Amino acid sequence: MSDNKHKAEHSHEEHLREKHLMLDPLPRGRMNEMVMESMMEPPTWKFWAIIVVLAGIVAYGLVYTWAKVIAEGLYLAGINRPSYWGVFIVNTVFWIGISHAGTFISAILRVFKAEFRRPFTRAAELMTTFGLIQAGMSIFMHIGRVWLGLYWLMPYPNQRMMWPNLHSPLAWDVLAITTYVLGSTMYLFLPLIPDLAMARDRTTGWRKILYKTLALGFRGTEGEWAHLRNAMNIFAFAIIPVMFSVHTIVSWDFAAATRPGWSSTIFGPYFVVGALHSGMGAVIIVLAIIRSTMKHMKYFIRPEHFDAIGKLMLIISMAWAYFFFNDYIVQWYGGDKWTQILLHYHEAGPYGWMWFAMLIVNVAVPWAVLWNQKWRSNPLIVSIVGFLINIGMWFERFIIVPVTLTINRAPFTWQQYEPGAEMPMGIGTMAFFILLYMLSSKLIPLIPVWEVEEGQMAHEFKKFGRETVVSVSELE
Amino acid sequence: MIRPDEIKMSAEESGKWGMVIDQDLCTGCQACVAACSMENNVPFVGDAFSPSNGEVDINYGRSLHWIRIERFWEGEYPEVKMTPHQPMMCQQCGEAPCEPVCPAFATVHSEAEQLNLMVYNRCIGTRYCGNNCPYQVRSFNWRDYERPEPLPNQLNPDVTVRRRGVMEKCTFCIQRIHKAQDAAKAEGREVADGEFTTACAQACPANAIVFGRIDNPESLVSQLAHQGHGVKHLEELGTQPHVTYFKGG
Repeated sequence: MSDNKHKAEHSHEEHLREKHLMLDPLPRGRMNEMVMESMMEPPTWKFWAIIVVLAGIVAYGLVYTWAKVIAEGLYLAGINRPSYWGVFIVNTVFWIGISHAGTFISAILRVFKAEFRRPFTRAAELMTTFGLIQAGMSIFMHIGRVWLGLYWLMPYPNQRMMWPNLHSPLAWDVLAITTYVLGSTMYLFLPLIPDLAMARDRTTGWRKILYKTLALGFRGTEGEWAHLRNAMNIFAFAIIPVMFSVHTIVSWDFAAATRPGWSSTIFGPYFVVGALHSGMGAVIIVLAIIRSTMKHMKYFIRPEHFDAIGKLMLIISMAWAYFFFNDYIVQWYGGDKWTQILLHYHEAGPYGWMWFAMLIVNVAVPWAVLWNQKWRSNPLIVSIVGFLINIGMWFERFIIVPVTLTINRAPFTWQQYEPGAEMPMGIGTMAFFILLYMLSSKLIPLIPVWEVEEGQMAHEFKKFGRETVVSVSELE
Repeated sequence: MIRPDEIKMSAEESGKWGMVIDQDLCTGCQACVAACSMENNVPFVGDAFSPSNGEVDINYGRSLHWIRIERFWEGEYPEVKMTPHQPMMCQQCGEAPCEPVCPAFATVHSEAEQLNLMVYNRCIGTRYCGNNCPYQVRSFNWRDYERPEPLPNQLNPDVTVRRRGVMEKCTFCIQRIHKAQDAAKAEGREVADGEFTTACAQACPANAIVFGRIDNPESLVSQLAHQGHGVKHLEELGTQPHVTYFKGG
């Protein structure tokens, strides 16, 4: 009898170990080795084939098409009189949205000490930095005289005392996005230092030189760790308000304008939640791909992580639905003539299918799928949901930017928008993002192995009477 | 305490140049459009074609005019009523929505002339001003438009020729304002009412457009504008436009 009980107790422990990375420790050396192997694994021909295809798309979309647009003018794109902003701005908002999930996972979950975050903070933070590169490029694609953009927008002392117009939401944007790029790159780099040092000690040749330079002489002494912890703490807390402010300011580009459908007071939080919605979806796709293609990743990224992010996605989907409904109902109830025409155009206009598709994939699909723990633990199912959410969030931005711009207070100018050169350029940014991610997966350790080790050290089984309990000790 | 009507009063006084357009006199002949394009070196879009959407530019909201004649149909077929022709150009707002949104100070308010100016050199083409203009009277240079011979000989030397990627809009013919002011200053006098006018007003065969000093109670434009039955477009947005329209009088 007691033997049986002991067995049951034991299998319960086994089950927990299987499920949770934090309870399933491997020797330190072995784990370092696994991360190094996953990074150093020689790329297959498939890897290079994808790289070549992506590079081709980048060359056509970003280099050739963009050069043509710069040389000939923006008539190659689809923007026109009422829709002065089009897919370029949609893509800007989209990429900034993608970048938000990285900060959310690596900073907010770190501050709140959510233990499941440990293996994928780096993968998420990398998305932030690479996503912001695409967002920045999308802004420059959109301006008419890109060669003068930085010249007039960067505040620098000059003889004529001419500064950027700080009344303009676009000038706030420049400041906010620059701050975010710098901050998130620093925040990507800090937790990377111990792993770079780890890689330095296990490589030879050009890699050794690279990691030696980047690791800044980190040796893992107690003092170095204390400094690093302090710095990471400061950045984790500081980057959170920056993250919120960036997308709020992006939303003010619209909310501060005097246009029906744009001047909405709730756009700030609505955009932040929308950013997290698409960002979480993107994180889950990236994790699913990493898990299935890279060596040893099935050990680090487990169904429990998809389960945890799936829960977050469900909550964020509910929050997004709340903000959407709030934004819609207040505008509709206001009864302004132009807003009513606009809302009707959203639903029944030529892009009405987008409006309905957006509601289905942003709200109905996550609500129907993610409540089920089995489904949301399945990497394939959640990444399909994440993909659909990203499509839906792109549609949402498309409806907010060019579709809303079609309807203004001067009906004589109403004109439907159809994207042109924006599409190859937008696909080019997507290809560039994937390209950067794939190359960096071979250059930097994608798993913050010290963070996983730290977490595993903090977790242990304790016995209270007959009950086995998991306890987490405070490390910092 | 400042009462709301006081604020409005003081703002109305702030204008310097104004325009009155009588829609009952306007025949829709488009002479003003042609005159404006010639005076201000506005490029001719012509049959420029956009491959991306398979349309000629003018059918795709890419016409370039500083003034346009608007006309609407009211009611359902067969009881359709045409509205009077409505010349629409930059309303030279006292509180212009286009100005604060430009990150580069490319569209600014002139203290001296109380007009909205475009500084083409500083324009980087974010097109935010175009989005935020409730009258949609700003035009963007989507490309470098062709100016075949002998059209370059017709260019007005007093007005900048714009290149691709730049926003532009009606300036109330500020080059004419400056010319008249310089001439008057040389003779040591003030500019007289009616001494000069904008290209559109000059070209109008029906005299439907009257231009002048709105802050001078003696001027024709100010007397017309203060008759009381004029309408200012989208005034409820607080833009304080300086163009008054007469309709159905």
